[in-house]
Amino acid sequence: MQAFAELYRRLDRTTSRNAKIEAMADYFEQAAPADAAWAVYFLSGERPKRLLSSTDMRRWAAEMVGIPEWMLEESYTTVGDTAETITLLLPDEGGSAQKTLSYWVEERLLPLRNEDETVQREEVTSIWRELGRWERFVWNKLTTSGLRVGVSQGLTVRGLEAYSGIDRDVLTARMMGDWSPTAEFFQNLISEDTSDADRSRPYPFLLAHPIDNDVHPQEVVGDHDRFLAEWKWDGIRSQVIHREGEVFIWSRGEELITERYPEVASSAEALPHGVVLDGEILGWKDGKVLPFGMLQKRIGRKTLPSDLMEDVPISFMAFDLLEWNGDDIREWPLRARREKLESLFDAGRHGPSIRLTTPVQGDSWDALADTRADSREHKTEGLMLKRLDKAYAVGRPKGNWWKWKIEPYTLDGVLIYAQRGSGRRSTLHTDLSFALWDDDDELVIFAKAYSGLTDDQFQDLDNWVRRHTVERFGPVRSVEPEHVFEIAFEGVRRSNRHKCGVATRFPRIKRWRRDLAPKDADRLDDLKALLPALPDHVDADE
Amino acid sequence: MDGLLTVSDDGLYCPAGDFHIDPHRPVERAIVTHAHGDHAARGSDHYLTSAEGEGVLRHRMLDGAAIQTVAYGETIDVGGVTVSLHPAGHIRGSAQVRLEHRGEVWVVTGDYKVAPDPTCTPFELVECDVFITECTFGLPIYRWPDPEEVFGKINRWWKKNREEGKTSVLFGYSLGKAQRLIAGVDASIGPIYCHGAVQKMNDVYRGDGVNLPPTTYVSDENAPEDWSEALVVAPSSAGGSRWIQRFDPVSTGFASGWMRIRGNKRRRSLDRGFVLSDHLDWPHLNDVIDGTGAQTVYVTHGNNDSFARWLQEEKGLDARELPLRSQYDD
Ligand SMILES: [Zn+2]
Ligand SMILES: [Zn+2]
Repeated sequence: MQAFAELYRRLDRTTSRNAKIEAMADYFEQAAPADAAWAVYFLSGERPKRLLSSTDMRRWAAEMVGIPEWMLEESYTTVGDTAETITLLLPDEGGSAQKTLSYWVEERLLPLRNEDETVQREEVTSIWRELGRWERFVWNKLTTSGLRVGVSQGLTVRGLEAYSGIDRDVLTARMMGDWSPTAEFFQNLISEDTSDADRSRPYPFLLAHPIDNDVHPQEVVGDHDRFLAEWKWDGIRSQVIHREGEVFIWSRGEELITERYPEVASSAEALPHGVVLDGEILGWKDGKVLPFGMLQKRIGRKTLPSDLMEDVPISFMAFDLLEWNGDDIREWPLRARREKLESLFDAGRHGPSIRLTTPVQGDSWDALADTRADSREHKTEGLMLKRLDKAYAVGRPKGNWWKWKIEPYTLDGVLIYAQRGSGRRSTLHTDLSFALWDDDDELVIFAKAYSGLTDDQFQDLDNWVRRHTVERFGPVRSVEPEHVFEIAFEGVRRSNRHKCGVATRFPRIKRWRRDLAPKDADRLDDLKALLPALPDHVDADE
Repeated sequence: MDGLLTVSDDGLYCPAGDFHIDPHRPVERAIVTHAHGDHAARGSDHYLTSAEGEGVLRHRMLDGAAIQTVAYGETIDVGGVTVSLHPAGHIRGSAQVRLEHRGEVWVVTGDYKVAPDPTCTPFELVECDVFITECTFGLPIYRWPDPEEVFGKINRWWKKNREEGKTSVLFGYSLGKAQRLIAGVDASIGPIYCHGAVQKMNDVYRGDGVNLPPTTYVSDENAPEDWSEALVVAPSSAGGSRWIQRFDPVSTGFASGWMRIRGNKRRRSLDRGFVLSDHLDWPHLNDVIDGTGAQTVYVTHGNNDSFARWLQEEKGLDARELPLRSQYDD
């Protein structure tokens, strides 16, 4: 624990990416695999959820040091962070924390899940006594809010790369999906053997950049004939994997969703072995796509009543092939991958619920623009434009894939602040602030929205907000960055008043993206890419 | 508030003796606890301060100000009220004001601390009936580490910066904190340079016989080839200015009680925060209040409401906020 706490201190003391990478590499160098695994877990922004309540922990601290709760809340208001408030209140003296990070998490923290409050309290106060001041702070931090020390999963991967010499793409792929922070996981993570044993593993998804509606695509992406154009389907981005007789379906949120879509899973058994498809899960009935609202009824459902399956049957719309014959073919140009994908369908090696997306034809940008204008009729969000000569890269490389959506603009943001609404909704937290990832992998607010969810959804969210408040500033609560929402807006302009440098016009919630995790949210650069090249006149009034 | 002291538009006022304590506007007779701007206003006709504080106060007041001094502990009669000044340990010359009248004793602390500080006389506890105390850090989250430990950290930070070729720029209040820092660091590590506001006060302290290591005023003529060996001491207002650019690359540190909370460091984008305060922390604040034996306590300069509530509920004292009309901005 001391080594990990020291790592936290080093990360906390610097804003330099290189210094952070170096600090992580140094830590991994000396850590036992079981501890390193937990370090990777926490550094990637994870934390064991629904374990201890921040409010309870504050109350226990107040009782332990003998101050009334109102005095603790005064202190909390001043400090603004539960972990830090508790640490500042408790006596500085403590134990020496000789034991390892994995001990403090596995033997001490995790067993508290589902214990009643008396047991939790006794154990937590004992942990506080046993740990030294700084270790106690770090332990509180990873228990209440997560580390939040300016390190993202991407940066963690760089730290691992610096330590192990394993390529970051390999590391990223190995960190996808469900994994448990165990010694074995860590050893596999940094294993030299790159023919990975785990056959369920998906590939990192290639993401697209938006094209601004006010400019001609020719100016942004060049000639149309270098691109494959497809409909931008409005579903759940997923990979379907068939390896060694087993089928796995992964969402972009890195959730294993195989069991939720049995139609697709059984169809996938018809695929040849060693195949990974990239595509979109859609509600599909009578040869037509169903609205996203219908699909939403299936999201998050693990048990499937037969009438629901009849109402909302699912299809997987495949648009890319990432693995063929067990070989990773992401390096192939799209043209070759598409050919292979088509050959698979020509040979009938797919079940009834797996479909191939049909390219949208057009011999000029104007012709494509005409087709795109019909997107709503096709129940799609616009067009995808994919460079035929490019590989399937990791992340969001500029120029490989573009999304050319019909208005309005949408981005996926992480909910980070909630405030009570006014009028009818004054009892609910309905004024919500959403954030995107900046270059330092910090979340920066880009939009506030008040509308777009149903009353039931607002009610659900309110319950969640109350139980997951991290900090309180008067009426505003900061919440754990856990939920992603798709935010629609009419336009953007530069703004000095907004910390992110961009103001959005008429932002509203389009939908709750329960299928996405915070790390899948969009980046500030995606928003900035929408700005007109030159400052417009509106800037003058800022 | 009613009794030996009341609150006037100008600040704390003693009707029996016809004088003010730390008025924020010019008055006829002002007793000044110490020379900080939120306690010593210019332009009063007549000042009374501690003998130790004369030098710094004279420097801060208008030329030719009428300043009378008394030694710590010495009593004088002001209009029938027995007045004495007692060390507050906050900065050079800082004093608590003790008033005795018709058998009742009141004490006004001004700003004070109990932690050791070689640049001024240490705090002395004075028993009283009514205690008017600052509570700048009146929350249980404020507990200070041992100053020696803090100076150890500052020294190590300075050495490390030197090794890495970075100038160490340390911010602190120019009167009091800066001199405490200069007296406390290990001057053998490298040269110490000071911002003009700090250097002026250093000279006043030295004139009083306070032992400070040599310091050089930062100017173009005095600029060394390489700043990276130096510790530069400056008021925090210099932080965002062009003045600091000459030291690049720098590592910035700030010495203050506020640095106990990480957010305060982060918000100012400082590299290091050193918890070193010239006010007292929560446990000492409580100890001092217990030690005075006062049954009535007025609090000011902090989270007044909650601290008064604490004293009422936990100690059963008649405690309330000092209803000053001015806003302290220290
Ligand atoms: Zn002061
Ligand atoms: Zn003051």
